[in-house]
This record gives sequence, structure tokens and C-alpha cells, in this order.
Amino acid sequence: MSDAETTSDAGSAAAAANEIDRFTYDVVVVGAGGSGLRAAIEARLHGKKTAIISKSLFGKAHTVMAEGGCAAAMGNVNPKDNWQVHFRDTMRGGKFLNNWRMAELHAKEAPDRVWELEAWGAVFDRTKDGKISQRNFGGHEYPRLAHVGDRTGLEMIRTLQQKVVALQQQDAAELGDPEAMIKVFAETTITELIKDDSAGNGRAGDGGAGDGGRIAGAFGYFRDTGRFVLFEAPAVVLATGGIGKTYKVTSNSWEYTGDGHALALRAGATLLNMEFVQLHPTGMVWPPSVRGLLVTESVRGDGGVLTNSEGKRFMFNYVPDVFRAMYAETEEEADRWYNDQANNRRPPELLPRDEVARSINSEVKAGRGSPHGGVFLDVSARLPAEEILRKLPSMHHQFKELADVDITKEPMEVGPTAHYVMGGVEVDPDTGAASVPGLFAVGEVSGGMHGSNRLGGNSLSDLIVFGRRAGLGAAEYVSALPGRPAVPEAALASAAAIALEPLGRAEGESPYAIHSELQTIMNDLVGLIRRESEMKTALVELDKLRARAAQVSAAGGRAYNPGWHLALDLRNMLVVAECVAQAALERHESRGGHTREDYPGMSPEWRKVNLICSLDANGTVALHRQPMVPMRTDLLELFDLGELKKYMTEDELAGLPGAGAPAEETPPSAPPTDAPSGVLPEAGQKAPSSEAPARKAGE
Amino acid sequence: MGYKAALRVWRGDAGAGALEDFSVEVNEGEVVLDVLHRLQATQASDLAIRWNCKAGKCGSCSMEINGRPRLACMTRMSVFAPEETLIITPLRTFPVIRDLVTDVSFNYAKAREIPSFTPDPAVKPGEFRMQQVDVNRSQEFRKCIECFLCQNTCHVIRDHPENERPFAGPRFLMRVAELEMHPADTADRREIAQDDFGLGYCNITKCCTEVCPEHIKITDNALIPMKERVAGRKYDPLVWLGAKIGRRTAKDTPKVPNTT
Repeated sequence: MSDAETTSDAGSAAAAANEIDRFTYDVVVVGAGGSGLRAAIEARLHGKKTAIISKSLFGKAHTVMAEGGCAAAMGNVNPKDNWQVHFRDTMRGGKFLNNWRMAELHAKEAPDRVWELEAWGAVFDRTKDGKISQRNFGGHEYPRLAHVGDRTGLEMIRTLQQKVVALQQQDAAELGDPEAMIKVFAETTITELIKDDSAGNGRAGDGGAGDGGRIAGAFGYFRDTGRFVLFEAPAVVLATGGIGKTYKVTSNSWEYTGDGHALALRAGATLLNMEFVQLHPTGMVWPPSVRGLLVTESVRGDGGVLTNSEGKRFMFNYVPDVFRAMYAETEEEADRWYNDQANNRRPPELLPRDEVARSINSEVKAGRGSPHGGVFLDVSARLPAEEILRKLPSMHHQFKELADVDITKEPMEVGPTAHYVMGGVEVDPDTGAASVPGLFAVGEVSGGMHGSNRLGGNSLSDLIVFGRRAGLGAAEYVSALPGRPAVPEAALASAAAIALEPLGRAEGESPYAIHSELQTIMNDLVGLIRRESEMKTALVELDKLRARAAQVSAAGGRAYNPGWHLALDLRNMLVVAECVAQAALERHESRGGHTREDYPGMSPEWRKVNLICSLDANGTVALHRQPMVPMRTDLLELFDLGELKKYMTEDELAGLPGAGAPAEETPPSAPPTDAPSGVLPEAGQKAPSSEAPARKAGE
Repeated sequence: MGYKAALRVWRGDAGAGALEDFSVEVNEGEVVLDVLHRLQATQASDLAIRWNCKAGKCGSCSMEINGRPRLACMTRMSVFAPEETLIITPLRTFPVIRDLVTDVSFNYAKAREIPSFTPDPAVKPGEFRMQQVDVNRSQEFRKCIECFLCQNTCHVIRDHPENERPFAGPRFLMRVAELEMHPADTADRREIAQDDFGLGYCNITKCCTEVCPEHIKITDNALIPMKERVAGRKYDPLVWLGAKIGRRTAKDTPKVPNTT
């Protein structure tokens, strides 16, 4: 803490209470999960003095809950796999709404990132010839997920944690201080991003896109003492994960309160396609206290099947047209696939998650559910007990200890659970830069990569591919910066005042009560199947809740006070919930993690539209449409025209090579956008480049 | 089938504290953490609890329940009789921050002293080849969720803070074993395992194994084999002779400098 110095909030009677510890860094990474740690490592490798801010202890981030694996087309199990196949699977999984440049970078770079983890000490499961083993997963054409049993996320977080330690050991040896260049601030929460006065004022919390200014720091508090802290830094990387705690039934941990989404909005950045929330098809449904807890997709990847109360494998009835040709039509063919993938099609249990979640929902609604309102997921009749114990040890442990169910002997009961938000901060695909200078976002808090639905296994790979890129992006931004943006003192006073409000109120509702109501609203009204009337109700209810949340009272003091912490998190959850509800109301189609009962079809016109949320000058959520950048030709050529026809408009198809019209005369089709004509997509999506088309190479 | 459970929860901070009595509703299938959350939401909004995943995967909610070190999220209320009073206290080995939350920074300091994974620099990423059978042991140790229940229960430091300097504790002696058994690691930590991390303090009472929520056989599979390796390094007459006549020069990896 040699660089710590304290200052006092001059002129304030509460000066002592508002004392702020100050630290100076080049890059501050908010979040210590997979993407945050990978970003921090990269920034440090590029010589930047880096701080890692974690709401929890070091190594406890939500990444530890990732079970199945990390998708990377290494081709260790099936040599036919390559980045093009992975790219195609990712686009299909996201129903072509993905930021295609991100999907491309992700598919190309994931293998190198996984191999790098191995060189840093990760111990993945092996193939017979000693390479990293890869497993099957929903939506992935070939076995692709590097894994360690069903605790892959833990392996990844521990490896990255230990890499941070290894770098600290280097610095200890060379500089005499392990924390000279990279330091972890555990149990520390950031409540505001601070911008400089380079354009307009930089007051915290007033939000409003377009008020200018560059990132100058991040303000927050230490959870153990409640003391305020300012990290002065020209670059902040948001790596805060998702928003699951706005839902009642969720697989997410307490940290998932949409902090990064809200911080970005308040700093003037934009959120992309927040309507897409992935309901993982298989969460536990019983006992009630663990409802929502994740049951890994590996259960299905390794042979587990879904059945209804009639004992029927119902997924065969739910294969949508766009996937019809790729999935088995009989149980016999599906079962043969596990051993002979060249001559058989995949079991429909391995459809992308959105499809499986909707199918389970339909079965339960039709009265064919399990006793506790889910369906059955059975691996006991499919694999020998010892193989289950070897491949799915955590699942065995989890069901045995929490539900008295022995999965080697009996089926599990499962149902959909809020798992992942595809929407997030709009970023430049190559660097992770948000629209605010100095702000970067990576991992679940960023948007675009996964389109309308994420494939299992593409999250862990997303974290390391874009973690590295954002860390690099932030380092390069700092290097190119002529001077350091200054922190306006007024912004600090305002941030401190906002943070202290709940403690100052003697009378007021409990933050726990408000949180519980919020979760019920989102679960019931903006959940898996959405209706216009319900979402309108949700928006009205959220409005009322926001007013009440502004008056909550947190009893107790500042030292490790969870009630106070929740009161501050509520503000973030409420604004994020509103973004989800508004975007969901706006999108008149069903696609991936957004299913409208009143608009059940997928619309090629809507595929061309991104929905962008920002905060207006009053701090209220504003939504606008923004046209999707057309995909680069060489990437389009990776798909058959027949498949593209299922997703694209006539106009788009007319411009495609092989569709009759000359490629160079691609007419810009009019997007269904209400954006002002000047508002075009971020420059991040690269224009068609000269990269050689690699049509289905290797196939 | 709900009932009211009697809870005695330790509340206080580094200065002082005491057990406080509460009566909290319990529903079917719940774990201790559910009940503590209900207590927080309804009666004690500032009750400090450290927790994250509520699924036994992150190792945050370590505490002592009726004197036994446990994860609150994996301890079902059904293991206690409804009339039983639950005494819930913070981990005893570590300094209290507030209520049930302790300062576990000791563990992070120990982690930093152990020389990291050291592969052969000639092996490039993507070129590692290891058989499953050779990585099984390291994988068992890497199941560790760092809940620090083993550190908390180990009598070498539980009642002897004077041993905190010379003794790294079961979790980090296991980390040494994990690296030593990693097929691609080239460092030799046997000497420092004994001299700097205090492997000799362990007298294999297996308390660490008993409290491990991941059921890792810490003593049998990590600590005892490590003791054997250390004995081999330090007392094997052939090794001694080889070093003496200069045929085999010892290349012990030193402890990381400037980390303590």
C-alpha cells in the first residue's frame, strides 16, 4: 500500500466519514473471473501497472461454476474440426445475430488460448495420445470442449489465479515487491466510473450518453471496512459478468447484479441486445432451496437423455426446421451417433440451449412434467456407474448432497434456469473498447459475440480470447494517451454521497424485500416465454420499484454490511432489468434467448436490427434500433445458400455470390431502423477485408 | 413441513463479540446458508456472511457449525434434529472481520511463496503430451475449492499462531505435492517443502482430509507421498553419495524471494 494516500472531502462536515483511499494504476480491471484475470494478465505482460478489483475473494468468481468445458477447435478428437466449423456453429447457435467479427476472432484464437492455459499449469483431461481431450456439447458439430471432468471453470480460474501469482513472484524477484505491477483488491466493490472534465462535467451518477469525457478512474468501497476507495486510472476494463440475480430462478451467484452493465450505462456507454437472456434448459428443480442450480450440459453431451412423465424422449418432437437436417430422427440413430459421428446425426438433446429450454417448458405445460415441475434427465440407464462418477463427479456430488438423488441409479429432475445474458456493453470486437474513451468490456458483460443465444462451452473460450484482447486494447490505449485524465473532485463527493444514502435513512424498506420483488417480476413477466401485456406490466412495476428502492434503508454500520451492499447493488439491477424489459418489448420476433408468444417466428428483417440501450440526460433508459453490419463475404461463403435463406431477407440474398446478382453490386438494403440516418453501427465491425475466402476448408 | 430452528450465531468484530439467539423458519430441503439468508432478510440485515455460489463450488461460506468446520451451503438442515440448537461461529484459526466473516489473507500469502508451475521452456504451448493416468493425481488436488477448512482445522496452526510462519498448512503442502506430481513440471520443491513450508510439522492426524468438502484425500495422497519424496531427497544414501562425489548436483528450487 506504499502508494496509498488519503485525502479529505474538503468543506464537508462528514469529511472524516468520507475519507477516500487513493491508488494510481494504468489499468483497472473490475471483476476477477476468467475474463478479468486474463485481461489483467495481458495488461501486466505489456508493462502496465494493473489492479484487479473483485467483489469476492480472489479465485471465487462465478467462473468456478462453469462445468462443461471450453470450446476450441483444436481437432484433438475429431481432426475435421477447425475454426470455420466452430464459427459456423457459433453463428447458427446465435441465430445469425452474432457480431460476426467477434465470432470469427473467437473461433480462430480459442485453441491458442487453451494451449496457453496448459502452459500456465492447467491440467485438462487427456486423449489416448496425450493431447487435451474434447467433449461433445449442444450445437457443436464435433467434440470440441476442453474440460476437466465437470469442473472446467474451476480449473480455469485457478490457472489464471496462479498465473497472476506467478507474475507477482517475478515482480517480487525483480522489483522486490510482489504487488509492484499487479495487485488484487479482494472484496472491493466499484460503484461509479469517474470521467474527466474534457467534455462537459464528469459528475458521477448523472449518466447520459454523449456528455463526453474520458475514463479517469473508478470509485468504490472496501467491503470489510466500508471505507471508500478511488482508483485513478485512464483505462477501466469491465469484467463483471452477468445479471442473473435479477431473476428468481437462476444458476448465478450473488455477484451477478449487472454492475458492469449499469456502470457502463451511467458512464455514457451503450448496451446491445439486452433482450437475449439465456435460460439454461437444465437447472435443478428440487428441493426449492436449490431451484435453478446448474446441471451441466455435459450430462447430455456424454449420453444423458431427456424424458417426460410418459418415459418418452420428447426432444425428437421439437427439432426446428433450421436444424432438421443435422439432427437424428430416431432414437436408434441418435444412440449410434455417440460412437460413430461420421455416419449418424446428432441426438436432439444436443440442440442449442434455447431450443431445449423451450421444449422442456412445453412438455411441462402440456402436463407431462416430473413431480416437481421439471422433466427427467437420465444418465443412470445410459452409462455404467463408474463412468458417471469419472465424467460427472460434481453432478453426482451435488445431487447426492443437496437432493438425496444418486444419479448413477435414478434420473434427475431438471427445468430451465436463468443462466447467461447474451446482451451487454457494445464493444469494438478487436479491442473490447466501449464507446466511452478508456472504457473496455469483456466476457459476459460485453455484448455481441453470442448473438441471440450462446452455445455451451463458448463462454469460457470467450473469456480468454477477449480477455487477452481487452487487456491488450487497454494497454495500447494507455500507451497512446498523451496525458492522464484528471479526476474531478466533485465527482467523488457525489459518488460518496450516493453510496451513503441507504445507511443514512432511519426509516425505509429492506433492500432484501425489494430485491425479492424484482426477482419475481423478472421471472414471471420477462422470463422464458414473453407477452406484450406482461412486459408492459413489468415496466410499470419496475418503475414503482425504482422509486421504492431509492428509499431503502440499510441498518447497521459500514463494516462488512451485506444489507448496505445489496442496497447499492439494487440500483444496478433495476436499470439492467429495465433494459431487458424494454428491449424484449421492442423486438417483435422470437429468436434465441427471446421468445415472444405473440411473435413466435424468426424474422429476417429483425435479424438486421440491433437494439441499443443508453441512459438519457435524466438517467432514464432510452432504446433505439441500429442496423447490423452485413457479414464479410468470405465468412458468408462458409455457409450454403440454402442455410442462409432461413435467416436472411430477399434483398440480402440477392446480393450474395451464387445467388444471381454480381457480388460487387451488393445494394445496401434499407434496414427497418428508426435511428437517425447519421447513427450507423460502430466502426468496430470491420468492413469486408481481403482475407482469402476459406470455404469449408478441411471438410 | 417448516419448523422454527433455534440458532446461536456469533456476532461481533475483531474487538469483541458474543453468541446471539435467533429463531428462524426452516423449509424442506434447505441448507444452513438458506436459513442464515432468511435470518439476514428478516431479522439481521447487516449479518456478515461470506458466500458466493451456494453450490459447493467456490468455497466461500466456510464456518463452524456446532464446532465442526463446514460449508454452510452444503450442510443440509436435515442432518440436525429440529429441536437441536445450532451454534454457528466463524472459522477459529483466522482473525474475525465481522460476524461469520474472517480474514483469510494468511492463505493467499502462503500461496505466493510456493514456486509456480515450471514447464520445460523448450515445450511450446500445444506441444504438451501427458497421459490421463499421469495427471490423475494432480487433478485430484486441483479439485480444491480453497475453502480453507483444512487450514482452519489443522491443529498445527489452529491453536498455535506461532506456527503460522514456518507452516504452510495442508492446502499449500498439497499444492506443492500437486506441482511435484505434475508430469510437465521441472522444478524440485522437496527441500523447501520441508525447510520452508513445514511438512515435518504434519503428524498425519488426517483432520484436513476429514473436513474436506471435496473429499480429497489430502493426507494419504498428498502429504504422506510428499513426506516420502522429501525423505528420498534428504536421506537416500545413494542421492547423498551422488551429490558428494559430484555425479548428481542437487538443483533444489529455492523459495520465491521477497514474498514473506
